[in-house]
Amino acid sequence: MSSVDFTWLIGGPQGSGVESAANIFSKVCAEMGYQIFGKREFYSNIKGEHSYFTVRIADKKIHSNVNAVNLMASFDAETVFRHFDELVSGGGIIYDSDLEEIKTDSVHTLDAPFKERLHKELESKNKPFTIAGVLEIAKENGVKLFPVSFKSILETLSEETENPRLRGLIRMYNVIGVALSLGLVKMPPGSLQKTIESIFSKKSEIAKINQQTANYSYNYATAKFENFDYTLPEIEKEPGTLLVQGFQGTALGKMACGCRFQPYYPITPASDESVYLETNEILEIIDDRPGSTAVIQTEDEISAMGMTIGGALTGTRSATCTSGPGFALMTEMLGWAGMNEVPIVITNYQRSGPSTGLPTRHGQDDLLFAVYAGHGDFPKIVYASGEIEESFYDTGNCFNYADVFQVPVIHMMDKFHASSVITCKRFDPQKISINRGKLLEKVDDGYRRFEFTDDGVSPRSRLGMDNGIFWNTGDESDETGHITEDPILRVKMMDKRMSRLDLILKNIPDVEQAVSFGVEEHTVITWGSTLGPVLDAVDLLKKEGISIGLIQLKLINPFPSDYITSLLKDAKTIIDIEANYSGQLGKLFKQNIGRDIDYFILKYSGRAMTCTEVYDSLKKIVQNKANKREVLMHGA
Amino acid sequence: MALKLADYKTDVHNDWCPGCGDFGIVNAIQMALAEMGIERDKAVMFSGIGCSGKTSHFINTYGVHTLHGRVLTFAQGAKIANPDLTVVAVGGDGDGLGIGAGHFVAAGRRNVDMTYIIFDNGVYGLTKGQASPTLKLGEKTKSLPSPNTNSNVNPIGLAIASGFTFVARGYSYDVRHLKDLIVQAVNHKGLSFLDVLQPCPTYNDLNTRDWYAGADLIDEAQKRHSRIYKLEDQGFEPVVHYDSEVEINEKLSQALIKSLEWGNKIPIGVFYKNGLVSTYTQRLKDKIPNYLENPPAKQNISKNGHSNTDISKLLDSLEV
Repeated sequence: MSSVDFTWLIGGPQGSGVESAANIFSKVCAEMGYQIFGKREFYSNIKGEHSYFTVRIADKKIHSNVNAVNLMASFDAETVFRHFDELVSGGGIIYDSDLEEIKTDSVHTLDAPFKERLHKELESKNKPFTIAGVLEIAKENGVKLFPVSFKSILETLSEETENPRLRGLIRMYNVIGVALSLGLVKMPPGSLQKTIESIFSKKSEIAKINQQTANYSYNYATAKFENFDYTLPEIEKEPGTLLVQGFQGTALGKMACGCRFQPYYPITPASDESVYLETNEILEIIDDRPGSTAVIQTEDEISAMGMTIGGALTGTRSATCTSGPGFALMTEMLGWAGMNEVPIVITNYQRSGPSTGLPTRHGQDDLLFAVYAGHGDFPKIVYASGEIEESFYDTGNCFNYADVFQVPVIHMMDKFHASSVITCKRFDPQKISINRGKLLEKVDDGYRRFEFTDDGVSPRSRLGMDNGIFWNTGDESDETGHITEDPILRVKMMDKRMSRLDLILKNIPDVEQAVSFGVEEHTVITWGSTLGPVLDAVDLLKKEGISIGLIQLKLINPFPSDYITSLLKDAKTIIDIEANYSGQLGKLFKQNIGRDIDYFILKYSGRAMTCTEVYDSLKKIVQNKANKREVLMHGA
Repeated sequence: MALKLADYKTDVHNDWCPGCGDFGIVNAIQMALAEMGIERDKAVMFSGIGCSGKTSHFINTYGVHTLHGRVLTFAQGAKIANPDLTVVAVGGDGDGLGIGAGHFVAAGRRNVDMTYIIFDNGVYGLTKGQASPTLKLGEKTKSLPSPNTNSNVNPIGLAIASGFTFVARGYSYDVRHLKDLIVQAVNHKGLSFLDVLQPCPTYNDLNTRDWYAGADLIDEAQKRHSRIYKLEDQGFEPVVHYDSEVEINEKLSQALIKSLEWGNKIPIGVFYKNGLVSTYTQRLKDKIPNYLENPPAKQNISKNGHSNTDISKLLDSLEV
């Protein structure tokens, strides 16, 4: 059997069930043994604007999306207008045949710049500005059309099941789209029924209607449409496979590693993590009474950060979760935590800035901001996870770093992580070690919180501990924590705190600082979620006999200059790939290593990179045809 | 061994101006702690920024000198993570009612069981005497270039409107009365607020110690008439006894009306007290049954250096 690599797209107005349709489709495919990489795109809007989900499925591990779509399920006009040109030749479009005469002008959510581009294209090809017009282009591109009257499906089904409610129940359109798609690719139907049942397990009546609709639509597609090229049979499922959403990696990591306090303020795309933690606030503890996470919704991000620090001072592993605008508000307190050597973790799900930017879109815009956040010099760790699977384990590491080095840790995640749905190996909590560093269980007389020690880290008491009294202050302080303005003590204290940076580099194992996937003449450096598309692109090029090296940086501050320098000594051409305008990792690289970046592959359209566009750019670089700065644009 | 007043004092040099009203407040806090016999290592004094921010360094309990306007956020975080702590937060009126006003209001909605004391002197002392949120419109303290262009905040009224469940005012030169108020505030189950009138001898030349004492209000018999009077001396009844809307509204309204008194008659004492509102820790306990016995700070999170949290059910639900 040839290998499977198939991309399905579903779109519709926000609030019409696009996300649950994609969840059903993803789950069914995962149950049938496939690996999944799904990504959701949506407007900053509650109802009505266009949202869509692309689900890439393959019979081997995949790390990203591709440009080409093999099958699109649409039930509104806008999805067809926006995505008809993404289909490959031989691919298919399922669309509502009742919409063929809909004009672009009658779709009010089509924004002017998009409409202008579309009209130009339609004009140049002499097509009407209608669904029929764009579908003609698709057909000329070799795309197969699968017209279905969604309305008549519901009407027929309503009569067959003697359920008048079904007629006009347009909420069912999403399930019809999923079932038609699965019928087209001849996916065994049992799993669809099972998945619907499990998703609606608490509402049996709704489950039943959905199952009937799905069953009917599935059979409709298999009976009516014969000529689709793709089939997706059941394959062997790898045992212990999870289907997870991005934010669940860090949330489950927090539960496992003992984070018990998370104040937060709502912000996209970070809040899902806190809501998931609160939904599962009571925790089972092995051989002990139940534990819990206190998740507190605060009045703003400043308060979230203040509470997090307050919690951490009691010895509780404490964290907050935010995105760029919220993190900006937290920075004064970040300095306080650095000054007072308080271990906290800030999970930072970045989005496109500056300011409110593209609030629901992707970006890795905040790396330099994280590294330099706060006024004055103080030690902090900035740590970036590449894939969702590793973010689970990295979360555990971040809390260990915070405790051991007594510094704030900023864990960089992003919107691409948060709204991706992927398959990966089941997380293993036993692999999470817990190291609380110099946190005391008992305090002897004469305790001084900021005592000078050989390694620059002082034993840490916690609020409420017998004999453990200490003082904190944002002012410079002496060893007890009282204010001082003595110049000599000031220098000693600064040196003590800042010496932590060397200690961090010395003690965090190399494999946790950066991951080398091989070094070649052309070698990529990247960080965060962009790792996925780069991994897949490098893999594709390898199959063509083009070897490209790849280094993923995880520890960004302090920057592991010596280690990275040694890793890259045989690389002649350095290519920086990241999702921001200025090549922020590249800047840090240059600043710390003194070596120039030869090529930048950047994307700041608010959409995550696909492996296709990274592949194309890398190929251009190898062929000496690339600009020094390649800017990627794919994605609606 | 019983703790003495001296046990609650540190030997940190106090650099407040001579005659500063802050001294009386620190003394009253220390006296209150001694009277209640609160163990030093079970109490945390949080402070904001400004002259009053240094308070935590003078008191021999855990002391956390935080950031301008943010003291309530740190204090609530610590108390929620470890509800066994006795938590007192202090700060200036600029700190709590200017930059920190949002946190002040939000704290009222939570009713975390702790005490917040505002050192209220009408000026920003440590930055050389700018107008603070409690200075009245049109007033000109001595280092203001021109009269104040902002109206004042009513701290008692704001606390009542925000949901604080114990609201009182003290005067820093009536230390014994202030001490009694602090004891009541700390013993109150819920968020208690104390507005303490505290003359700044350096920058506030309007609301001086003499002004509060009524040095300018001399009657025909050459007798001074202090502006300050005690609510309890007038039979003011601030306590909500029944959880009835009628009684609560009545007590809130009379407190609000009293809070508007200023000028020649300034009330101190308890304006409002309602111990029937659930505290934040009780609200958490409703969701997490063993929260009080096993709060975040007490939980054991590892076994032999590894995770002891069993997330297998959640992982099962995600497994395909």
